[in-house]
Amino acid sequence: MAAHNLEIRRSSASLWGGATGMRQLPVVSKFIDTTTCIGCKACEVACQEWNDLGPVSTRQTGTYQTMPELDPEFWNLIRFNEQEFDGGVVWLMRKDQCMHCEDPGCLAACPAPGAIVQYENGIVDVNPEACIGCGFCATGCPFDVPKFHAKTGKMAKCTLCVDRVESGLEPACIKACPTGCLQFGTKDDMVAMGHARVEQLKANGFANAVLYDPPGVGGTGVVTVLGHGDHLEWYGLPRDPRVPLGVRFWKSVLRPLGVVAIFGAVVGAIGHFMYQGPKEPPQTGGEPTGGEPPRTPRP
Amino acid sequence: MQRRTFLKATAVGGGVALGFNVSRAEAEMRELKIARTTETRSICPYCAVSCGVIIHTLGDKSKNVKAAVVHVEGDPDHPISRGSLCPKGATLKDDITHKSRLVSPKVRRPGSDRWEDISWDDAIAQIARHIKDTRDRTFVAKNAKGQVVNRTPGIAMIGGCTDTNEFNFLQWKVVTALGVPYRDTQARV
Amino acid sequence: MTNGWVDIKNADVILAMGGNPAENHPVGFKWFMEAKRGRNAKLCVVDPRFTRTAAVADVYAPIRAGTDIAFLLGLIRHTIENKRYHEDYVKIHTNAPYVIGEKFDFNDGLFAGFDEGKGEYDKTLWGYEAGAKGGAYKVDPTLEDPRCVFQLLRKHVARYTPEVVEQVCGTPKDKFLKVADVVTSTGNAERVGTITYALGWTQHSTGVQMIRAAAMLQLLLGNVGRPGGGVNAFRGHSNIQGATDTAGTFEILPGYLKTPTGPLTNLKEYYESAIPTTLNKQTWPSMNYWVNYPKFMVSLLKAQYGNAATKDNDFGYQWLPKVDGNYSWMYIFDDMYRGKVMRAGAEEPGPEALITFGMNPVGLGPNSKKMVAALSKQKWMVVVENVETETAIFWKAPKEYEGPEPSQIPTEVFLLPAADFAEKDGTFTNSARWLQWKWKALDPPGRAKADQEILARIFLAVRDLYQKEGGALPEQLTNVSWSYTNPAEPDLAEVLKEMSGKALADVHDPADKAKVVKAAGQQLDGFGQLMDDGTTLCGNWLHSGVYTEAGNNAQRRSNADPTGLGMFHNWAFSWPANRRIMYNRASADANGKPWDPKRPGIYWNGQKWVGDVPDMKPDAPPGTYGAFIMLPEGVGRLFSSGLNDGPFPEHYEAVEAPIANPLHPNVTSNPAFKKFTSDKDVYGTKEEFPIVCTTYRLTEHFHYWTKHQVGGRLNELQPGFFIEIPEALAKEKGIENGSQVRVISKRGQIQGMAMVTKRLYPLKVDGKELWQIGFPIHWGFASEPGHTGPLANLLTPSAGDPNTWTPEYKAFLVKLEKA
Repeated sequence: MAAHNLEIRRSSASLWGGATGMRQLPVVSKFIDTTTCIGCKACEVACQEWNDLGPVSTRQTGTYQTMPELDPEFWNLIRFNEQEFDGGVVWLMRKDQCMHCEDPGCLAACPAPGAIVQYENGIVDVNPEACIGCGFCATGCPFDVPKFHAKTGKMAKCTLCVDRVESGLEPACIKACPTGCLQFGTKDDMVAMGHARVEQLKANGFANAVLYDPPGVGGTGVVTVLGHGDHLEWYGLPRDPRVPLGVRFWKSVLRPLGVVAIFGAVVGAIGHFMYQGPKEPPQTGGEPTGGEPPRTPRP
Repeated sequence: MQRRTFLKATAVGGGVALGFNVSRAEAEMRELKIARTTETRSICPYCAVSCGVIIHTLGDKSKNVKAAVVHVEGDPDHPISRGSLCPKGATLKDDITHKSRLVSPKVRRPGSDRWEDISWDDAIAQIARHIKDTRDRTFVAKNAKGQVVNRTPGIAMIGGCTDTNEFNFLQWKVVTALGVPYRDTQARV
Repeated sequence: MTNGWVDIKNADVILAMGGNPAENHPVGFKWFMEAKRGRNAKLCVVDPRFTRTAAVADVYAPIRAGTDIAFLLGLIRHTIENKRYHEDYVKIHTNAPYVIGEKFDFNDGLFAGFDEGKGEYDKTLWGYEAGAKGGAYKVDPTLEDPRCVFQLLRKHVARYTPEVVEQVCGTPKDKFLKVADVVTSTGNAERVGTITYALGWTQHSTGVQMIRAAAMLQLLLGNVGRPGGGVNAFRGHSNIQGATDTAGTFEILPGYLKTPTGPLTNLKEYYESAIPTTLNKQTWPSMNYWVNYPKFMVSLLKAQYGNAATKDNDFGYQWLPKVDGNYSWMYIFDDMYRGKVMRAGAEEPGPEALITFGMNPVGLGPNSKKMVAALSKQKWMVVVENVETETAIFWKAPKEYEGPEPSQIPTEVFLLPAADFAEKDGTFTNSARWLQWKWKALDPPGRAKADQEILARIFLAVRDLYQKEGGALPEQLTNVSWSYTNPAEPDLAEVLKEMSGKALADVHDPADKAKVVKAAGQQLDGFGQLMDDGTTLCGNWLHSGVYTEAGNNAQRRSNADPTGLGMFHNWAFSWPANRRIMYNRASADANGKPWDPKRPGIYWNGQKWVGDVPDMKPDAPPGTYGAFIMLPEGVGRLFSSGLNDGPFPEHYEAVEAPIANPLHPNVTSNPAFKKFTSDKDVYGTKEEFPIVCTTYRLTEHFHYWTKHQVGGRLNELQPGFFIEIPEALAKEKGIENGSQVRVISKRGQIQGMAMVTKRLYPLKVDGKELWQIGFPIHWGFASEPGHTGPLANLLTPSAGDPNTWTPEYKAFLVKLEKA
């Protein structure tokens, strides 16, 4: 999902980071309050409908959860879990999608120049024009988010509706959410809202309520209020997600060397790069519509 | 024409010659897809929260274009729904456009195991004849106690829950005009 | 709903019972969460299943399906015995002080006046005690008279101790007490609570009394009429409220006027039967607003018969069809199946033909096999639909429905393609009584047509035949006023105008006869201007004011909310009279001051009532009239002689009872309900079918519609039928999650995938372990390929509430086995 008007802060496999702009935009974030989520799945289909995805063929397997894992045509999944608690049960629902990490493991792991970018506002995006479908990003992601799409040969994941966000609209999932358990705004505001809600929950008997914004990946562009912060596993969330060490190593030492070879091979394989010529920006297109188009990352 | 194809053609036709810059067209397609749509305010047909929805159609309603739904999204002005929708509301485009929609009148003749096509005029004429025959055959002008009841027990009429109030009123007028006592709605069940 | 969706944010406590709002009304549920976040409101959920509503509740209490009355009467007992009722409110706004006549009694599960043979009560034994002065009624303002409503209620509910609630409902005592503590915390001026429900209450053989019990609790707590309060029915369909308001059902005319019956041979007799006598003449008299009935009725007859309706011919009253007996859903299909029925002492034919607009009776009705059998006897049918429903293709139902071979089915079926909601304009009325206009977005596909055009063309064709050929009472048709600009495609704005009402002659100010309020031909401002002399026309008095000289008020789109209470008076139009909270006079005390100044409904400013549109004569000072203007007493009824099964609610088991009634084993089920007796109507016993089963909807589908969406995403979210089974029961039967199981009732059996869950609690009822299972409706044999499934109603019984005749879908008996 290449965005026109957003400047790039970081770009995959770029020696100098791939920054394209001077403007500093506030970092945006989703807010998820699992304690007011009713698992209605409006976000699941609002995402699909907006992004023209699916439907995916599913079958009933004895759960309310739509499918076991995220899918290249299904970027936003509510994970359902029932647990015995305090003499009764709790039924937990957590919206799972790309976390838009401040320090994205996918971007670090990606060997294709410009295939994964982080915009100035923090959104982490896959540029299908540059993606080579190698799947390295998935190995770098501590949340197991990017999925390989067999039809396109590319990786796919939540874009945080960057096309909407750059037009001043909220992401489709956020807008649809009936209960308001999803909100969208600047990271600062969302964190403040999260802390306030956690305090309210603590006063209402949720002694272990927390705001999930893991520091191991620099914080995430999705902050999540959890009623049972002492049981992250109930929500399918890692306790201390980090970019895998191997990926760090690759990024700091090997990648600048490896990129040249891999990218060379890829360019030869993808036809329309030939038409386009080496100087055309691979991740955008159309006429500039007012904003500055992102510039070509230079490997 | 598929919407995707349509968009792509529009985008390509918009400036770049087809075949020379596919990636440009692809990228154009990813521009805000509701940027040039016609917006119509409607109300969700499912539950009785009655969320406001905006139906985005392509085609500017000019005579030579048939409008097609590209997107349905919540109406943020609506005081109850404030732009949000449930999964059913969020997929209303599917409800409007899906391929199982009935598009022509059909009739199943007595004893048959299949549908036959029928024109509207024939269908209306045959239905009207049935109604008259049944009404005339079963009409009860007076009950056993000699009280004037003017009813047609031979016909039952049930109406739905997504009909407009105006339709419902017209239906009441017609039901009453035919003397139909057997009538019910979704409200009962 | 007495209140509105947004108003729920004003509640301190929400009791969600008999409904699953998070799953079935997710966007309305927004305002529950707003109350929780914004004012730290507490949400209590009482449900047989731990639902997605329960998942975000503060308190969840499990309950055995069908025992809600016992739970609610337990709450009422808790309220009274712990003095948690709102005493000032109860004394002025309810009939608690009214003394009941000596004939009323309650013994061993039966109220006074039960006729065993007929299975009916003589309700005249449930009247008020006459007072000393003629026409007045005896009241005891101290609430101490042993026969006053308050004391009788106290005695009636004394049996419903927390222990008995646990015994009957299976709700652990501590959970019940937790709910009781939270819910009754609102019985004062400072706090307010709401109760929300849906089909989880209505679809029982005791459904109306469940709702009544909730209303009584709310009256005792002083929560009716107040912002953040009320008894709020969440209706399941976009215009089911409108369908009811506009007389989709046989027993009413538009605006809840009564359908005339055979014995009422003229308007005078009809009025005498329909208009209640004002009862309360000694404290605050009742406005008894129904005294205006003739204005509503005559204006309706003018809408139906136009110039043919004159004073001399009783405005065409004679042409209205009269009913004798019951013509509601289960009776329609019973009479179809039997082919004949007794009415007014003689045999009459049952229906030989069915016309259905946007309805799928084969899917919707109880006992699917009976539905298919009944339709198989019809001569002809007209099905107007978006998709090919089970009803449209009943003649090729799978063999488990036991219908005849197609060659043996004589029914001629016309299937007519209709426009979808987006393809036509017009208004829907939501659960909060808002009439909202929607604009047409596009044309229907192919040759599909808007419903109003289909209906109009059929009507005009039939009328033509009668004009040409004559026949049975042609005047009933030919006198109908159908004066739309395009009669074959009526403009819905014109129809809305007709419903809203207009002056046929100049309407004068009653106070100043020389003053013309409305000139002939003008749209009326509201039902206050209706006349009973034929000079006004109005299709539905409740809708009067929706389309005035100012324009189409259903199109209004200002979301300004100056009170901050979420009333939105300039958004659309809310019946009646654009009022947003019903009974809002009760939001203020005897002097017209709001109970809670931060959440006023209306209040008296010295000259008039201000705030919401007052449910009261706007310039009548406090003390002039009682708050409940539609009731002849003028006060809310804690005791009512209006229902067919008792002046107080009482716990009865479902028609298919899993246990003998622990309170009165000789009267186990509701004595006033009626079973059907055809060979298809069979009922199971607890010995053969020991498990309680319930049915419900899912967030991800809508009724029997969305399964049809080819390539639709809702079939992705919930691809197929399943049966929810408690973990311990599954273990006992060796059933694995995801394996196939069979559920069998006396009427049929269905097979589906087991969803083994912790969310269905094992219950201890009357000392014994009892299991509940359940499954969603939504599937059927007419679906997108790959998404067919059994109709839930293959298993449900034809049995229902004796007031509404709504079938008991929510509690019936089954057995369960591995497939």
